[in-house]
Amino acid sequence: MAIEQHNRIPGGRSVDYGMEISFTFNGQKIIGYKGDTIASALLANGIKVVGRSFKYGRPRGVMTAGVLEPNAIFQLDSGANTIPNVRGTTQEIYEGMKCTSTNGWPSLKFDFMGIFGKLLGPLMSSGFYYKTFMFPSKAWRLYEFFIRKAAGLGISPRKPDPDIYDKLNHHVDILVVGAGPAGLSAALAASTSGARVMLIDEQAEIGGSLLNIPIGQTPKLDAWLASTKQIMRSSAKLQIFNRTTVIACHDHNFLVAHERCSDHLGPASTKNLVRQRLHRIRAGHVILATGAHDRPLVYSNNDLPGCFQSTAIETYISCYGVVPGKDLVLATNNDRAYRSAIAWHKTGRQVKAVVDSRINPSGSLVQQAKTLGIKLIFGAAVYEARGKGKVDSALIGKLQDGSSLEIKPLCELPCDTIATSGGSSPVIHLACHTGLRPKWNEDILGFIASNDSSSMSIIGAANGDALLNKALIEGQEAGISIAREQGFLFTDGSPPSLPVLEVNDEEPIMPLFLVPNLQRPARAQKQFVDFQLDVTAASIHQAVLEGFESIEHVKRYTALGFGTDQGKLGNINGMAIAAQEMGRPISDVGTTVFRPNYTPVSFGSIAGRGCDDLFEPIRYTALHSRHLQQGALFEDVGQWKRPWYYPKATESMSQSLSRECISVRKKVGILDASTLGKIDIQGPDAREFLNRIYTNSWSRLPIGRCKYGLMCTEDGMLFDDGVTACLGDNHFIMTTTTGGAARVLDWLENWLQTEWSDLRVFCNSVTDYWATIAISGPFSRQLLSEITDIELDGRDFSFMDWRQGSVAGVPARIFRISFTGELSYEINVQADYATVVWDALMERGAKYDICPYGTEAMHILRAEKGFIIAGQDTDGSISPIDLGLDWAVAKHKPFSFLGERGMQRADCLGTERKQLVGLKTHDPEIVLKEGSQIVFDSKQEKPMHMVGHVTSSYFSPILERSIALAVVEGGHHRMGEKVYVAFAEEEMHLAEISSSIFYDPEGKRQDV
Amino acid sequence: MQRFSGFGLIGQALGYQEKWHRMWRNPSPKSAYDVVIVGGGGHGLATAYYLANNFGVKKVAVLEKGFIGGGNTGRNTTIVRSNYLWDAAAKLYEHALQLWEGLSQELNYNVMFSQRGVLNLGHTLQDMRDIQRRVSANYLNGIDGEVLSTEEVQAKVPMMDCSSSRRYPVLGASWQPRAGVARHDAVAWGFARGADSLGVDIIQDCEVIGFEISSGKITGVNTRQFGTIGAERVGCVTAGNSGVLASYAGLQLPIESHPLQALVSEPIKPILDTVVMSNQVHGYVSQSDKGDLVIGAGIDSYNGYGQRGSFPTIEHTIEAIVELFPSFSRIPMNRQWGGIVDVCPDACPIISKTAIENLYFNCGWGTGGFKATPGSGHVFASSLAAKDMDPIAAPFSIDRFYTGALIDEHGAAGVAH
Repeated sequence: MAIEQHNRIPGGRSVDYGMEISFTFNGQKIIGYKGDTIASALLANGIKVVGRSFKYGRPRGVMTAGVLEPNAIFQLDSGANTIPNVRGTTQEIYEGMKCTSTNGWPSLKFDFMGIFGKLLGPLMSSGFYYKTFMFPSKAWRLYEFFIRKAAGLGISPRKPDPDIYDKLNHHVDILVVGAGPAGLSAALAASTSGARVMLIDEQAEIGGSLLNIPIGQTPKLDAWLASTKQIMRSSAKLQIFNRTTVIACHDHNFLVAHERCSDHLGPASTKNLVRQRLHRIRAGHVILATGAHDRPLVYSNNDLPGCFQSTAIETYISCYGVVPGKDLVLATNNDRAYRSAIAWHKTGRQVKAVVDSRINPSGSLVQQAKTLGIKLIFGAAVYEARGKGKVDSALIGKLQDGSSLEIKPLCELPCDTIATSGGSSPVIHLACHTGLRPKWNEDILGFIASNDSSSMSIIGAANGDALLNKALIEGQEAGISIAREQGFLFTDGSPPSLPVLEVNDEEPIMPLFLVPNLQRPARAQKQFVDFQLDVTAASIHQAVLEGFESIEHVKRYTALGFGTDQGKLGNINGMAIAAQEMGRPISDVGTTVFRPNYTPVSFGSIAGRGCDDLFEPIRYTALHSRHLQQGALFEDVGQWKRPWYYPKATESMSQSLSRECISVRKKVGILDASTLGKIDIQGPDAREFLNRIYTNSWSRLPIGRCKYGLMCTEDGMLFDDGVTACLGDNHFIMTTTTGGAARVLDWLENWLQTEWSDLRVFCNSVTDYWATIAISGPFSRQLLSEITDIELDGRDFSFMDWRQGSVAGVPARIFRISFTGELSYEINVQADYATVVWDALMERGAKYDICPYGTEAMHILRAEKGFIIAGQDTDGSISPIDLGLDWAVAKHKPFSFLGERGMQRADCLGTERKQLVGLKTHDPEIVLKEGSQIVFDSKQEKPMHMVGHVTSSYFSPILERSIALAVVEGGHHRMGEKVYVAFAEEEMHLAEISSSIFYDPEGKRQDV
Repeated sequence: MQRFSGFGLIGQALGYQEKWHRMWRNPSPKSAYDVVIVGGGGHGLATAYYLANNFGVKKVAVLEKGFIGGGNTGRNTTIVRSNYLWDAAAKLYEHALQLWEGLSQELNYNVMFSQRGVLNLGHTLQDMRDIQRRVSANYLNGIDGEVLSTEEVQAKVPMMDCSSSRRYPVLGASWQPRAGVARHDAVAWGFARGADSLGVDIIQDCEVIGFEISSGKITGVNTRQFGTIGAERVGCVTAGNSGVLASYAGLQLPIESHPLQALVSEPIKPILDTVVMSNQVHGYVSQSDKGDLVIGAGIDSYNGYGQRGSFPTIEHTIEAIVELFPSFSRIPMNRQWGGIVDVCPDACPIISKTAIENLYFNCGWGTGGFKATPGSGHVFASSLAAKDMDPIAAPFSIDRFYTGALIDEHGAAGVAH
């Protein structure tokens, strides 16, 4: 049965009294209204205890009405839709919502940790875990098991997220963050200038702190807010995002905002809605009108359910029509907090007293409270709350000598609610995300971000000026002047006028953070500073006692500010308490570093659509459909799907590979080589550029010829390789490895743009433009001759030539190069025509038993020939000389090439370096595992002296034995020597060092 | 030194926590020291501790421009492992791992070294070749490790999607059981407390702005706050700022400083028991004892000394994590931060003498210095004490960039760790 909303009163601005919504809290049915947050609905129904604290298991209630909330942290819904750690003060309710408390076992009312916390609490002082759990030394994992179980808040979903997350990019002239009085006024003014203005606010509706003023209390403001909404809605130049939080501010005015599109409606996927959207905004100018957060006072038992931050009282009354208790005691050190007592009083419930630490305040709000007959106690403070599981009374004491150091008991007032305000802290987080350190301002007792940036302004309460009429004016002035600076001249309009408001007299705030108790913090009842992590004034004192003097040390030692509110509620108090204990001014102690996110956001929203199929878009070649038809299995190479091998119905992998390899060696095979990187290089200095990039010389390569080239990094180690062809005097086409294509283009551009900007060369990736079909094998010439107009005779079109012509009626470039050692042609056609050419080759090739082969057969075929694969046979520590490719390193080039100096270093010239060789196992059936390590002596003790490793290893169908490529220390002069090959703990295999060319060492087959 | 124990905690609880001692003093610098360590991070403090404890050099100061442990020591993702490919690197990191294994007891300070194992995932055939190679090398070097199949990986990490339908399916992994995580701040504090108790002066808010060098030999350091402090030997351990320090001595280091970012989720109940790292999808994650998912990003490609990075790097990292763990998508990300990493061309550190006599550098740890903290400190202390490089440190001499004897660990450090 639902409980009645006995704390609900009429007049809540944000709730729709006509629309009841029911949800469950820990299984209990609760009724609220549309627009309620979980917290406001729970308070309306008189529910006080909403969670248990982290360390001591103490019962906790709602404390705030916004993003600062440390206690009302819930698990929402179940299954794939469950969300951990939802802040009950910002999450709106929806029909059918299931909300459960995060901690508390077996139940919230009877919590085991609560008992545990009470008994062992005194042992859990600051950093206790650094000082124990050390013996026996092996037991830490066991202690840790229980610590981990006890820690943590909510429960992770176990199923994939069913929801969709979007991203949008924006460019705006002026971005206004915060739609309170200053922000609204600024956005309104700026938007009439012609500038593109964006206004972002975290709440469901605009108004900010204006919404805290009970409706009807200031009719002029209500009217202004209504008309502002009207104007904004019709403005073409202004975009407003509600339920959207700017979570990060990066360099150069790049801001990230997080919009909760449908979290207030329930599980999005069931309604086909986007759950959340991330806005990535580049702003010409940023106006931060982010307001200020009310700061509670620190006193004993200030965590009892019924203790509130003062502005939360105003918010619950004015926005939600909820009075969270019967009788209130308000403790303050400033004028503004009187508003919550006045609002409470006007609901007809009792204000027991306003306890003001100042001696004789007489500002307008104080006068107003007095006139209303509210009892005022001056020069005093609430130093302790009393009660069991909830507030029953407040202990009030007289502050001695008007200072905040000593207190003398005055009286005990029975009450069920204590609200406190110690002043307000400007919300400067975003201004500080780019490294700005804030400065302490003694007048407002808060940190201000004194921002010198010409592209960011901070206005209103965020800049320390919290007077309403001032904020409105400041906002308008900022809107006008910033729009003008941006070059917008108000030709089509002017800012609407502002309401004229009565000005409240305010008196200065008195510094008070920790209210003194009769005993020192270590002996008094706990005085909480950071509620979520149970950090108390005593733990901060202890940290200082133990020598933690930097505020960062205090934070890290006590966990102050480590919670999900990231210290929004407690940090300034903590810093003040630490400063006082060290006897240093707060300005000297400073703050910890403000970092994104301002408020936590789901990982999903940051990942957006960049997961699953779009994590890295899959690249398919133009011939993919043909590979599927042929039953290919695929391998991921870079971003590409490449045919790995093409098994027939019943074939095993090795049977398929054997068939593919033998076809190439004996007949003809066909390979899709389209994924090889292709870079078109043009310009008068293209030749010179290649001379510098490649290790060999390109000065004399004629048009119509190709050449194999090696690319090294500065340290002389191989980086990529491939064949480059001369298309014209100033025009080359370079091929790269499949995986290296992007890296090589970056490399080329890096050198061209940063070091050799004098070279007139342009590089373009044309990988996707061309499809490349390689046909390889003794019948490849006969096959190709049937469908091309190019003369294929060996004398006219010799090895390493390229020709232009047509193949199957399609314009083509044919390169006579070979990666198998057989007679081969690589046919390049525009990708759109690839299937036509492939089909023609397959059709004409049928009589030669043409056979498509995949990457695995290609690897075997090239290994039989000792051709390397950069990245497999090399690893960034292998030079061309190590590979036996000295012939591809120019000895006399006019300009040094990349890597030349590196490979001349003493260690790179040694004869005992790891060098590429072949390996033949003693037992020809044994195929060594790739990655196996090589030793000379199998009997030695560990650590063994490893002399190399197996880089490639296969069973060669044509040789009918296993072959392997390896790098071995001094391998080039160890031909015929025996080595042992070790794979992890498996038995070692005996093998013999051989030439890396296993098949057709003279290279006759490719050159016919 | 006040010894820490469970009984001590009870005593303090009875005494209202009022009898705790300072963990380290706050001394004024003496006029001269045998050894001055510049940089009060984990490596610097460990160096000082081992100098005093193991090598009998007692007149030691650690000069820190900010607060101790405030640089990369307090910003990293706390992963400790030793499964490096090359012998020199494997020896160094394994030396460190063995010191980690008794560190809490040695320092009487619980650094929460938790050997929950590290998985390095393989997603392509080449990844698997590299993993097999590295595990085989580790085995012959006497370092624990196995190659795991997809099913074995899935059993260790039930929340990870190891199905073949992923963009880059998990084909297997290397697994080092002795690897794990530690509590980063505690490492700095534990070493500081240990060093202080042996007489080392830890001087915070003391920035070195120059060196005193006469006839090619170091004689002291100039500080902003305390003027010149004499030193017979100086060891610089300043990570991202090493290039700046070296320039004060007229030296150039082959180091680039880059931003490196990390982030944490809100705390959740235990969901991930080991450390998971992936080069191919480019992310790594573990869960802290507090319950946060601790996630590391790759380095930002630009150079800089700002301790913050770019948002796209964060986006890519989180895409990778959600790709591996689709169920983590609804967990809230709480906070991100950045540090400056000092990266060498071969992704290995420099532990070395310099052209200036008695001036030593220990830097270039790039993205992976935390795991080496005790080992780095130990071999650097040994070298400073003997005025000759420790055999484990010797291969990491700066000379290798002249001779070409690089230790290319890019495979092992392809992603920050």
